[in-house]
Amino acid sequence: MPSPEAIVDLSRLQFAVTALYHFLFVPLTLGLSWILVIMESVYVMTGKQIYKDMTRFWGKLFGINFAMGVTTGITMEFQFGTNWAYYSHYVGDIFGIPLAVEGLMAFFLESTFVGVFFFGWDRLSKVQHLLVTFLVALGSNLSALWILIANAWMQNPVGAEFNIDTLRMELTSVAALIFNPVAQVKFVHTVAAGYTVAASFVLGISAWYLLRGRDTAFAARSYAVAAGFGLASVLSVIVLGDESGYTTGEVQKMKLALIEAEWETQPPPAGITAFGIPNQREERTDYAIKIPWVLGLIATRSIDEEVTGIKELRAANERRIRNGIPAYAALQKIRGGDRSPATLAEFNTHKEDLGYALLLKKYTPAVIDATDEQIHRAAADTVPRVAPMFWIFRLMVGCGFIMLLTFILAFYYCARRSIYNHPSLMRLSIYTMPLPWIAAEAGWIVAEYGRQPWTISGILPTRLSASSVSAGDLYFSLAGFIGFYTFLLVIEVMLMLKYARLGPSSLATGRYHFERAAAPSGARS
Amino acid sequence: MIEYAALKIIWWALLGALLIGFAIADGFDMGVGMLLPFLGKNDAERRVIINSIGPTWEGNQTWLITAGGATFAAWPLVYSVSFSVFYVALLLTLFALFFRPVGFDYRSKLPDPLWRNAWDWGLFAGSAVPAFIFGVAFGNLFLGVPFRLDEDMRVVESSGLLHHLRPFALLCGLVSAGMLCLHGATYLQLRADGVIAQRARRVVAFMALFTLISFAAAGLWLTQIDGQRLVGMGDPNAALLPLAKTVSVGKGAWLSNYHVYPWMMLAPLTGFAGLLLARYCSARGRAGVAFLASSAVIAGIILTAGFSLYPFLMPSSLHPPSGLTVWDACSSRHTLFIMLGVVIVFLPIILAYTAWVYRVMRGTVTVERIVRESHTAY
Repeated sequence: MPSPEAIVDLSRLQFAVTALYHFLFVPLTLGLSWILVIMESVYVMTGKQIYKDMTRFWGKLFGINFAMGVTTGITMEFQFGTNWAYYSHYVGDIFGIPLAVEGLMAFFLESTFVGVFFFGWDRLSKVQHLLVTFLVALGSNLSALWILIANAWMQNPVGAEFNIDTLRMELTSVAALIFNPVAQVKFVHTVAAGYTVAASFVLGISAWYLLRGRDTAFAARSYAVAAGFGLASVLSVIVLGDESGYTTGEVQKMKLALIEAEWETQPPPAGITAFGIPNQREERTDYAIKIPWVLGLIATRSIDEEVTGIKELRAANERRIRNGIPAYAALQKIRGGDRSPATLAEFNTHKEDLGYALLLKKYTPAVIDATDEQIHRAAADTVPRVAPMFWIFRLMVGCGFIMLLTFILAFYYCARRSIYNHPSLMRLSIYTMPLPWIAAEAGWIVAEYGRQPWTISGILPTRLSASSVSAGDLYFSLAGFIGFYTFLLVIEVMLMLKYARLGPSSLATGRYHFERAAAPSGARS
Repeated sequence: MIEYAALKIIWWALLGALLIGFAIADGFDMGVGMLLPFLGKNDAERRVIINSIGPTWEGNQTWLITAGGATFAAWPLVYSVSFSVFYVALLLTLFALFFRPVGFDYRSKLPDPLWRNAWDWGLFAGSAVPAFIFGVAFGNLFLGVPFRLDEDMRVVESSGLLHHLRPFALLCGLVSAGMLCLHGATYLQLRADGVIAQRARRVVAFMALFTLISFAAAGLWLTQIDGQRLVGMGDPNAALLPLAKTVSVGKGAWLSNYHVYPWMMLAPLTGFAGLLLARYCSARGRAGVAFLASSAVIAGIILTAGFSLYPFLMPSSLHPPSGLTVWDACSSRHTLFIMLGVVIVFLPIILAYTAWVYRVMRGTVTVERIVRESHTAY
């Protein structure tokens, strides 16, 4: 019989694999849909056929990617129920709302109109078709909004309260759920990252045509759209970045300390650790190079507020665990039928920390008999490992700044109308294509690994959230996901490469490279 | 503000409406997918079949996603218990569903016959497996699902996939696959032309009969199965937990609702009448009416299941008080109320733009059109 830890670990692995895989396709959908809107708007305004061809060609690649996004998205919705059944019961009253609204408000819009985008060209007026493209983009971006509202609630659970009758969390304020400050920041940061992925995708493939001197009019226009859109996007990612979200919520504070390997609370304003080797055992950062003031400014937007260090946060968590034990004890009495005012008052006094007491379940199922040693270990569990957070965050930021540089150069030379003379810029545009994807995946790892040991920050430990399924079930599903997803990825990449190589010739309009090369008149340009 | 008990009933009805919406809208896509390898004898014919649903299937599948999301929000216990107890069956469904988005989009991207044929069978599996498994799952509800909840509402005991493949459940799987095949066939008769419409007509004749016989057989079998009745529970206006109720188990109990509420008989009657009407109209070339009739069949059959089980949503055979009912498996009153508002606002909007899209994409799909639009069609 495998331990409950093994089931939770396998479930986490499966969620991580399927979510990171899903997010290979989502950002491209988010951004490419707007790039299609831009290209088609130019077509509608100028009537130039080439912009219609651009919309249709990049739309073809959009379609190949979109199919994978849909395929892997269904998994995400199923998985809360299949693998995180207790989580679903415990917070479904709140967490289910954004998921349901996403379906009704966003996903329906996107999915209903995407077919018309592909098949409606001859059935609609120009403006009508542009409206359809716009609605696809709007739908996919609204979809991201609601999913991030759901995710932000896991990071910063506002507008909810434990109900002693139903033994679960219940909604108290839907406005708090929707206007969660973490959600606002996350939404802007995530969709802008998606726009950067898409811009870099179009930029790189266009650069490849330009290097080969193929379909240059088509490629140069695509390159210019991507350069402008990409520069605006990458600036949004960086400037409106995630930092301001980190100060909201307890777990977010821990995340910030982990990312910066801030073991101790520094006197304000805190310096930022540009480089260093986090040493978990000794609880310090070796070879640290600090830039004074910067962290304090980013994290608190002030020079006199503190950025709390890991050790202090852990000590605070230990106090909350101790404070949660009476809440748990009172709840057991309430469940036993004791609804005396004294018991209820005892529960209400301590209920904010009920979730912290649940951390003790790992060491003692009864919770209330926890020893100091057990409380100490549970508090230690609230600190995820520092090194992965520290490095993966820097990987994300590094990728972001390289993309910023790429888009500045691309935009500058587009504005000077001299991209044809800079093959090295074209090569840079191609080689940097994977970076926004790497940054996006890294960002999710920082956000979700940094939330551990919680599924719902401060409310529900990950360890208690999983379904009661067998290890055999999990090996079956994990093997199925890995098998199917590898198979689908091979096919997707193969098709993507084939159509990217073909370029606009794949539209069969007779106007582009391979069609002219094949033409008997030999009208090679 | 609406009473909690009333909200529970409204959300039971809305859950039914979303399931019926899914089964009608995505049902003909699944039916068409199941018929694809058999009704299309060559690539052009198969492309006619695929393109009859190509531009609209994606929106239709969203009914499934939305029904899932709405269940999560309004019936969290139903969502968590059903998805985890039917773990293997649901993952098989999910893996089969993978073939649909990619199948539709990728099939026409390469001309190789082997490639296209492989995707045709992928689309077949992506349609047939969910259609059958959803039926089997419903069958299991009547037999009682083997699970038990503890005081924390955690599933502590349940049995695996093989236990779900019981004869009555398999029969329900056939009812479900049969009705969706029928629905797909009436749709193809309406939207495709010539030889495919002819073949679809023969399928309608057969599937209407097949579904009629299997639906009737399931009804007769139901009289011999141990059903459950809710005999005691707390105030329906209060927040209730599953374990605090009394349930009686007895042969034929699933039919007791029809004595108490005779109007519920309208559901099975609609099913039977729709089957006869679909067959009759299809044979006379009235494909539009036949399609409406097969839609009514789906509504009738799903409502029959819902009415028979009422107030149960997910009965337990292992420990009847653990079973989930309309009264004790829903969200808080606050959440149900908010979600009701969301549905009232968005459902009409969805129906309106879906209707517009069908209007834009209307017309018969012909082999000539596929040849002409070879580069843009699926």
